[in-house]
Amino acid sequence: MIALREVTKRFGDRVALDAVSLDVRPASTHVLLGSSGSGKSTVLRLILGLIEADAGEVQVDGTPVTPSTRAQLVRHMGYVVQDGGLYPHLTAHRNVTLPTEAHGWDPSRAGPRVTELGTMVGLDEETLRLYPRELSGGQRQRVGLMRALVLDPPVLLLDEPLGALDPIVRAELQGQLGRLFAALGKTVVLVTHDIREAALLGSTITLMHAGRVVQQGTFADLLERPAAPFVTQFLTAQTLGAGASRAR
Amino acid sequence: MRALIGMGLGMLLLHGSVAGAAENGVIRVGSKSFTESYILAEIAAQVIERVGEARAERRHGLGGTGITYRAIASGAIDLYPEYTGTLARIILKDSALHTPEAIRARLLASGLTMSEPLGFSNTYALAVRAETAERRGLRRISDLARHPELKAAFSSGFLEREDGWPGLTRHYGLALREVRVMEHALTYRAIVSGDVDLMDVFSTDGQLERLRLQILQDDKRFFPDYSAVLLARRDMAERFPRTWARLREAFEGALDDQRMAKLNAMADLDGKSVAEVAAAFLGTASPDPRRPPGVLSEISALTLDHLVLVLISLAAAVVLGIPMGIAAARFRRTGQIELGVIGMLQTVPALALLVFMIPLFGIGKGPALVALSLYALLPVVRSTYAGLIAIDGHLLDIAFVLGLGRLKRLVRIELPLASISIMAGIKTAAVMTVGTATLAAFIGGGGYGTLIVRGLALDDTATILAGAAPAAVMAVAFHVAFELLDRLAVPRGLRR
Repeated sequence: MIALREVTKRFGDRVALDAVSLDVRPASTHVLLGSSGSGKSTVLRLILGLIEADAGEVQVDGTPVTPSTRAQLVRHMGYVVQDGGLYPHLTAHRNVTLPTEAHGWDPSRAGPRVTELGTMVGLDEETLRLYPRELSGGQRQRVGLMRALVLDPPVLLLDEPLGALDPIVRAELQGQLGRLFAALGKTVVLVTHDIREAALLGSTITLMHAGRVVQQGTFADLLERPAAPFVTQFLTAQTLGAGASRAR
Repeated sequence: MRALIGMGLGMLLLHGSVAGAAENGVIRVGSKSFTESYILAEIAAQVIERVGEARAERRHGLGGTGITYRAIASGAIDLYPEYTGTLARIILKDSALHTPEAIRARLLASGLTMSEPLGFSNTYALAVRAETAERRGLRRISDLARHPELKAAFSSGFLEREDGWPGLTRHYGLALREVRVMEHALTYRAIVSGDVDLMDVFSTDGQLERLRLQILQDDKRFFPDYSAVLLARRDMAERFPRTWARLREAFEGALDDQRMAKLNAMADLDGKSVAEVAAAFLGTASPDPRRPPGVLSEISALTLDHLVLVLISLAAAVVLGIPMGIAAARFRRTGQIELGVIGMLQTVPALALLVFMIPLFGIGKGPALVALSLYALLPVVRSTYAGLIAIDGHLLDIAFVLGLGRLKRLVRIELPLASISIMAGIKTAAVMTVGTATLAAFIGGGGYGTLIVRGLALDDTATILAGAAPAAVMAVAFHVAFELLDRLAVPRGLRR
């Protein structure tokens, strides 16, 4: 569904990605795990066509992502970022309907869709009439998710979606996301630095470090058959110092 | 916002262009912004009205020589009082031109003509207290050589001009111990109180007699001749021959120094209106025995005038400035050049900018509006630019992912997010323009500045305040109005 072939990306002198290859299978949840600066967010931005690779190729559904194809390809993707990425001048509802508006949906079609998604993530109509700053962090994140899902795209890309939340809300939402992904059957790429989140949600996990892929496999693979000493080091360090490392 | 722009454009259409070719049956009379020039222009206007060949349109108090001359050369006015010395030295830049005939011949090429001298010469002169003159035996400028202890205070123009103090000291071989520069209006008080002994004055100054000041005779003939004349456009003189003949008849040789000084004193010291002084000279009844329109009704008329100036130029600055700010934010490199050019515009003093407009747009509201709009541009462009580049790049990336095209992104996302900054810029521009618009009066643009210019010319603080105070009130009113407008222009989710 999504594939990176030997992709290299530099920002000035800094190499963000160094010949990275990975495959995301359809209808799976693929977690990109790593600490900040490992290059995992860069992978998402390349898939979305927000930046271009210096070398190698990014493909979505067999089509290379280029400046001329990206606008078409991005129609099939939903994108969720930390803290929701909501527009402060629009109500939650208007934030959710921005994509339907952009694609010329009739309001009579968008309305029921918003209600449906609200029910799915647990937000009522009244809450959706509020502005982002009047919402809690968890509510903002749910609105962001609704907005990413409103056009029902086959691919969902999430960049540290729960990074800004406190641990209790975070745990609750992690559970909810897991159920949602399973129910919707979407191809999901989720970026996180949180091992618990990766273990809970990822059918496949790619552990990244300093712009390279260290290991790719299930959580059990990483735990039981570490490809490098770094894998074990990363897993244990975080379990011990849980919560100490902050997102990005 | 839309309503504001609509209103501005509406007023622009209503008002129409003010500058332009001479209309049928109208003679536009200009004057510089000092009492004598006002009086002479008013006399001319009243003469024109009495002949009845054409209607007189008063464009009094336009400013200095630069402005009035450009106005007549470009055809924005038809007539104004000028001085031979100024024509020769400043306008024609040939101090060898001595006779009126020589000057008139040179003016032909510019489509201008002039009357014979009116009879008085308003030249620089040196004055002392009559009592000082008597006690020290001072009659002539050369007598000053014997009194280096006299304390002198001169206006800055006189102190610097070659036909002022520097040339004079060389010509007469003078050396005074104490020479300082001082604001002219204050020097009168200082000389009366005895703090100053010697000052520069104009020979037809209305205050000389009242303050018991005596002019020292220019015995070695240093000061150039500044004989007053009427400067006119030839096409006007040809189209209205009876009027021109009557003007010359009324003026030429009719005013000697004393007579002019008396007329000046009537306006400056007796508080008579310029119209009354002119009527007195012509020996007619005052044109309006109820006294000219009261200050209050004049202020209310000027308020509308000022409001029109501010709203139209502000609307133009917004309509132009926001797209320019957007362009600067989108094309960063050329944007820097754009911002630099607009910034440079701002460094041109407002009055100079107004003067530059005259050759292009004439005088009156038109050029004032252009200059004010240009002036208001910078805050609008800068704030739009600043508001746009401050937007979180993430939010723009998301707009692309959500499928918003460039225009939709701009209208739905970027401009609303930048609205607080843009509104701040518009507010700054509005308050600033209320203040700057007072300068419009210097080129006949009307507004509160009319009173300020007149007050300055007549050295009348009350009149200056009558223009300055309402302008301050209007600035505050604009501020309040825009705070309210914020509620409409800034989305609720962004308000604090």
